[in-house]
Amino acid sequence: MTDILAMSDIQKSFAHIPVLKRVNFTLRRGEIHALMGGNGAGKSTLMKILTGVYRRDGGTIRIDGQPADYHDTLSAERAGVAMIFQEFSLVPTLTVAQNIFLAREPHIPGTPFINNAEMVRRSHALLQDLGVDIDPEQLVSGLSVGYMQIVEIAKALSKKARILVMDEPTSSLSETETEALFALVRRLRAQGLSVVYISHRMAEILTLCDRVTVMRDGEAVMTADCADLSVQTIVGAMLGEGNSASFVWHDRGAAPTTPPILQVRNLTLAKRIVDVSFDIRPGEIVGLAGLMGSGRTEIAETIFGRRAALSGEILLDGAPVRGQADAIARGIAMVPEDRRKMGLVLDHSVRDNIVLPNLARFTRFLFMRDAVAAATVDRTISNLSIKTDSPDKLARLLSGGNQQKIVIGKWLARDPRLLILDEPTIGVDIGAKSEIVDTVRAMADRGTAVLVISSELEELMAISDRILVLHGGRIADQMNRRDVANEEELHHAIQGHRRPASEGIHA
Amino acid sequence: MQSKAIAAPRPRASMRDIQWQNYVVYIFFAVVLLFFALTIGDKGFLSVLNLFNIARTTAMITVIAVAMTFVISAGELDLSVGSTAALSALTCAMVMQAGYPWPAAVIASLMAGMAVGSLNGFFVTVIGIPSFLVTLGMMQFIRGVDMRVTYTNPISITNPTFNGLFGSGNIGGVPSLLIWSVVIAVLGHIVLKYTGFGRAVLATGGNRLAAEYSGVKTRRIKFAVFLMSGAAAALAGMLYSGMMQTARFNFGEGAELMAIAAVILGGTSLFGGKGTILGTFAGSLLIGTINNGLIIMGLDVSEQMMVSGGIIILAVAFGKKPAS
Repeated sequence: MTDILAMSDIQKSFAHIPVLKRVNFTLRRGEIHALMGGNGAGKSTLMKILTGVYRRDGGTIRIDGQPADYHDTLSAERAGVAMIFQEFSLVPTLTVAQNIFLAREPHIPGTPFINNAEMVRRSHALLQDLGVDIDPEQLVSGLSVGYMQIVEIAKALSKKARILVMDEPTSSLSETETEALFALVRRLRAQGLSVVYISHRMAEILTLCDRVTVMRDGEAVMTADCADLSVQTIVGAMLGEGNSASFVWHDRGAAPTTPPILQVRNLTLAKRIVDVSFDIRPGEIVGLAGLMGSGRTEIAETIFGRRAALSGEILLDGAPVRGQADAIARGIAMVPEDRRKMGLVLDHSVRDNIVLPNLARFTRFLFMRDAVAAATVDRTISNLSIKTDSPDKLARLLSGGNQQKIVIGKWLARDPRLLILDEPTIGVDIGAKSEIVDTVRAMADRGTAVLVISSELEELMAISDRILVLHGGRIADQMNRRDVANEEELHHAIQGHRRPASEGIHA
Repeated sequence: MQSKAIAAPRPRASMRDIQWQNYVVYIFFAVVLLFFALTIGDKGFLSVLNLFNIARTTAMITVIAVAMTFVISAGELDLSVGSTAALSALTCAMVMQAGYPWPAAVIASLMAGMAVGSLNGFFVTVIGIPSFLVTLGMMQFIRGVDMRVTYTNPISITNPTFNGLFGSGNIGGVPSLLIWSVVIAVLGHIVLKYTGFGRAVLATGGNRLAAEYSGVKTRRIKFAVFLMSGAAAALAGMLYSGMMQTARFNFGEGAELMAIAAVILGGTSLFGGKGTILGTFAGSLLIGTINNGLIIMGLDVSEQMMVSGGIIILAVAFGKKPAS
């Protein structure tokens, strides 16, 4: 039997609401198995049962044919199951070696003292096996996110894990880091490790994984070999009978000839950005493509007035933008890349979050006009179909997609002239993703100029009218979406290869 | 999408879901009141005079704690309020001693408090030093100033109008100190709960970065709360000196910790973003009531300190959300 893991008839309810309805899931030895599904489909609950975080209500788990009846994470680890969380479980102030052996430090025999040399030696060996050159005595805080990920994997392997669960491992990795991670995961597969890979990124799944299981509504609705699958099939399975039309690009017509809302002129920033110029016209959706770290976010933050340019100009409706207060007052809205850190006050209600950028609007003679605000909040919630029990629910308790809708929605009431979206769909499930795309299109239709930054080419291809390619600190290429045949072409442009036929469309 | 119907497991409203942690200060207050009423009710605890007395002795803490609620809600801390209260009391007394009318003294006193508040605000928002450190240093520094300018001598206040208004007097049979604390608490409640400024304070403490991205000028907000804190400390100092009809360098020693305890007991998050003035008021009264009751029970100071310290820890422990 080649199944290392067999979960059968797994059931779980929270407060009498079934979230897992007799789910079957098998994992073969040495395979990378993608687990997909919208938020709330039940995939993380299933994995939390596997890793002993939750206790199942019914069903059996067999690891290597042996029934696994653990109900805590420690026993799960002993059974060979390890999970790598989106938010790492590393202590930044400790060294790499200290983290790998945290709470399991080797001791000098017969003494209570930690054998540091041994710990460093074993960490070194582990990291060597993983093919990375990280100094075990370096502090974790000094590592890049990609390396942290690898330390996390080393930690799991040091516990003799045979089943590794990875939850959105690439969500904060650059392209090169992602490549390196994939190579590593493939190498581990060759050594017999079995991996459950949770991700929302289709392209990733199809290149990396052997099989896919799609969950929907607490059921495993499809398990199939990746070789036989297309993105459409997977999306179809995730959405059910619904369609994925929003994620298909449609031509919104020729670029308007009205004068531009935003003009960026010869922008130079301290880091990386040398000479960037572009325009955005009313109703236009412009994608900004480029490698991670190419300075896309910096450009966005400069337009939003949070950074000062070394030289160059940012003009909104023809007049320079002076600082963030001026930017907001004149109708620039920004959805920052990290919604939990920059977009939301997580422990405040949906209502308070939506009201926040509109405090001045809803205040008269110092006092809040809560009734007026409530109407706006209700309208925002229904317009964006934010799934929440009530406006009073804490933002923290909503799914990633609904949280992102709040961050977009809070600017909606201001009717922005220019909307900047920085990685708007990271960690957002496919259903919410298409709803967000719909909202952005609707805003553009009403005349808002939109600038979208995204590392997901699929997303840029789906939403943009025009795509700017940032390379080497300049806009290396501008392409009208309708002239771009496929993602491949865009990918090449981002890597710095000019399209053979490109003339660049200058607005 | 139908998947959303069962998406996240949603808690149903039931007894278990009522966040009674939010009300723990009121529950404790009721329990403590009941306990003292039953045990020492006949020893004068329940007399109007004694109840007024509780209000009188807690007025200073209440006034400081109301402003402290803003400071803590904005994600900061102000440890300098105790020595600032003394500084303001001394300023007030010295201005009157020099022959100026009492309103001038009041204004000078408030300005002294706000000067300290601005200094705190400057170091926190412009220089970027954590408020804990800034105000810890300021606490020490101002106390030193208090001692230096008076050579540790008390300054008496003889102006009957001032003493009556701030501290010793009654207005319509109600102690002026009680009126002051109620007025300040109501004012604080309205500002925190019903104004845009209040929302901005909570947002700043809840997530400074998100507030900034939403256009809240968080530095201004932080500066403002330190300014408020300084002004409140000044008022507290005047109330104390009015009650004692004198001003001394050691006024308000430990007041900062009492005020912080009252704020946290009241359900304000020590990490910012969540705060309630009503809770703070109840927290302050709770501390005052415990101290008062223990005195009537005949406990000496050492025992009082042990019991009231224990009760504070207990109340905060009960108010803590269960770790998830």
